[in-house]
Amino acid sequence: MKPRFNDVATVRSGLKNVNYLADDGIAGVVYLADRLGKPVLIEGPAGTGKTQLAKSVAELTGARLIRLQCYEGLDESKALYEWNYKKQLLRIQADKNSDSWSEVHDDIFSKEFLLTRPLLEAITSEDPVVLLIDEVDRVELETEALLLEILSEYQVSIPELGTITAKQIPLVFLTSNNTRELSEALKRRCLYLHVDYPDLEREKEIVLNKVPDISENLADQIARIVRSIRQLDLKKPPSVSETLDWARTLMLLGIETIDADEAKETLHILLKYQTDIAKAAKELSVTK
Amino acid sequence: MPVLDLMSGFIAELRNAGLPVSLTENLDAMEAVKVIPIEDREAFKYALGATLVKNNAHWRVFETIFEVYFSLRGPEYAITKDGQPDDFWREMQEQMDQVKGQGEGKGSGGGMDSLTPEEITAMLMRALMSGDQAMMRALAKQSVQRFAGMEPGRPVGGTYYLYRTLRNLDLDNMLQKLIDANREMSKQELTSLEERLEKDEFESRIEQFKQEIESEIRRRLVADRGAEAMAKTLRKPLPEDVEFMHASRDEMQSLKKALYPLTRKLAARLARKRRHGRKGPLDFRNTVRHSLSYGGVPADPKFRYPRPAKPELMVVADISGSVAAFARFTLMFVYAIQNQFSKVRSFVFIDGIDEVTKYFKSTEDIGEAINRVNTEADVVWVDGHSDYGHAFEVFWERYGKDITSKTTVLLLGDARNNYHAAQSWVVKEMAKRARHVYWLNPEPKSYWNTGDSIVGEYGAHTDGVFECRNLRQLEGFVENLT
Repeated sequence: MKPRFNDVATVRSGLKNVNYLADDGIAGVVYLADRLGKPVLIEGPAGTGKTQLAKSVAELTGARLIRLQCYEGLDESKALYEWNYKKQLLRIQADKNSDSWSEVHDDIFSKEFLLTRPLLEAITSEDPVVLLIDEVDRVELETEALLLEILSEYQVSIPELGTITAKQIPLVFLTSNNTRELSEALKRRCLYLHVDYPDLEREKEIVLNKVPDISENLADQIARIVRSIRQLDLKKPPSVSETLDWARTLMLLGIETIDADEAKETLHILLKYQTDIAKAAKELSVTK
Repeated sequence: MPVLDLMSGFIAELRNAGLPVSLTENLDAMEAVKVIPIEDREAFKYALGATLVKNNAHWRVFETIFEVYFSLRGPEYAITKDGQPDDFWREMQEQMDQVKGQGEGKGSGGGMDSLTPEEITAMLMRALMSGDQAMMRALAKQSVQRFAGMEPGRPVGGTYYLYRTLRNLDLDNMLQKLIDANREMSKQELTSLEERLEKDEFESRIEQFKQEIESEIRRRLVADRGAEAMAKTLRKPLPEDVEFMHASRDEMQSLKKALYPLTRKLAARLARKRRHGRKGPLDFRNTVRHSLSYGGVPADPKFRYPRPAKPELMVVADISGSVAAFARFTLMFVYAIQNQFSKVRSFVFIDGIDEVTKYFKSTEDIGEAINRVNTEADVVWVDGHSDYGHAFEVFWERYGKDITSKTTVLLLGDARNNYHAAQSWVVKEMAKRARHVYWLNPEPKSYWNTGDSIVGEYGAHTDGVFECRNLRQLEGFVENLT
């Protein structure tokens, strides 16, 4: 199969064109995922652009994004495939008299009666796809096993039909908020990427990129304040999306340069816990 | 093929450091190396990281080992005895001369080697002020060359050289100097917010400079002694294996960071266990209700789910110097998952004892509560040396009646009693009333009952004494507790 990207630099500039600012690590792993044909497991704090990465890669490669949102209680009938019972029933009733039993039996377990769910859909698709398995840490440990076959072999075994193999190897992204340890078997099959809060320069660029008409000076100040706040010992440090919300708020308020008071008054957009807000407000007004 | 040899040595070292690298991951790494050229060091590093390291907490260990194995090795890092600069240095110095020439407006002097220490400090300050990366790197190299006093073959660890270099550079005062200089330079008065931001910026630059120095020292040591020997001396335990009693300040920080995700995972696991526990007795009413959809046949029996009572917890912790860190972590741990218990009460002692539950009640911030415990709790009775006997006696007198058959008592400490009276009858009485009494000891098992440690005497009356030297052991214990 033809590789999608030529080198790491192409990935990086490509992602930048679709408004996603990747660092070396992110671009490198995406490139590697394509070359080795392996899924990528993305971990990191909430709101650092894990899901967005999958979306951006889909946009970059011009592929369709198929998304499987994980939750507790997800099972194979919702993730892989399901037999269309109603249709099967209709088929049996439609010509009760004519066919022999074995014919009907063969017939109702054919592709026509199969409802494809996201995972099966991703590997049977003719056009290029990017498969996003979102928040994989929410499913139970047992359900994780459902994913193993598709992640390592890109195939799905259906007892009545046989094995369905992928027509083309899709790019697969799994995201996890790290609420529980994923199984070794799953981790072993994936490339691992930890997306952390961006550093000062990258955050500033993200703000400049995503918030229209913001001045360079303000973006710089925002990035600096957010970095200082993240260094505090907080329950929930501000995420990138919260930084962007804050930047937009400041724009709406028509603030050009932030002083301590304005920062304090708008802190509740960055931080979501009362104790965190109090702590940050105290820190910001400290003279030292 | 040298890269292959290097890779197998590298992976062996990762395993030695405690990272679980499986065979498939090893093969993946080899595949990855094929498509990413080794010359692109950053991409190469991330490629190896993505295939070999599947846990973010292990990243730092990986980085260190990577640097040792794949740091640029060559003559430029050899430690020359006579201090003769080689080609690389000459080139560097030419660059430096240029920079210096621009900066100070005077002609090129004798290169960097001829600078006085004061000049180096001044240059460093300017570099930090402007955030000039190339300059900082060059200065890191120069300061290591000059101040570390490295000699080939000398069996000294990198920390020693780091200490020597930093002492000469006087980085501790650098921050204040930078702030002062910044204040002078800016035209108008800086607001407190701006000043604070500048300070954070300088701090991060200084930190970056320190790291430059550290990796420079490491590179030189590798060049001198070879990667394998270096990797061994640099081997650091993973965060969950760091011992509470001997953690350095940096390790403490990383422990603290590791603690929160760990507790969150543990809480999720425990909650799940509670919900998906084994089935209880038949729920007759529910079964009959569901039988209606099968025409009155109870085809789908329903069961009651048992709701195991959450235990009540009393934590009694020694917070004297030697075991303070351990007590702090255990308290943080317990309070981070306190909704897994019906009630948590905590007591701390040295030779006197005090209840500290109220500090945790009054604030949501566990860190702050721990600080208040350390500063405000009334734990000194006579001389501030551990006296388990007296502390237990007072505990029994004041709070003994609160222990019920639902209570689990956790005793934390190394049981080094300074040869005071043991009063182990208190523990015996506790064990009679409480559901369980456990003792957690942060000392390695081989040290127990040596010197003034009398953990055996207390332990005889408890339901178990557990070695709790690191986060891994602590987590394992707490999981079994609930």
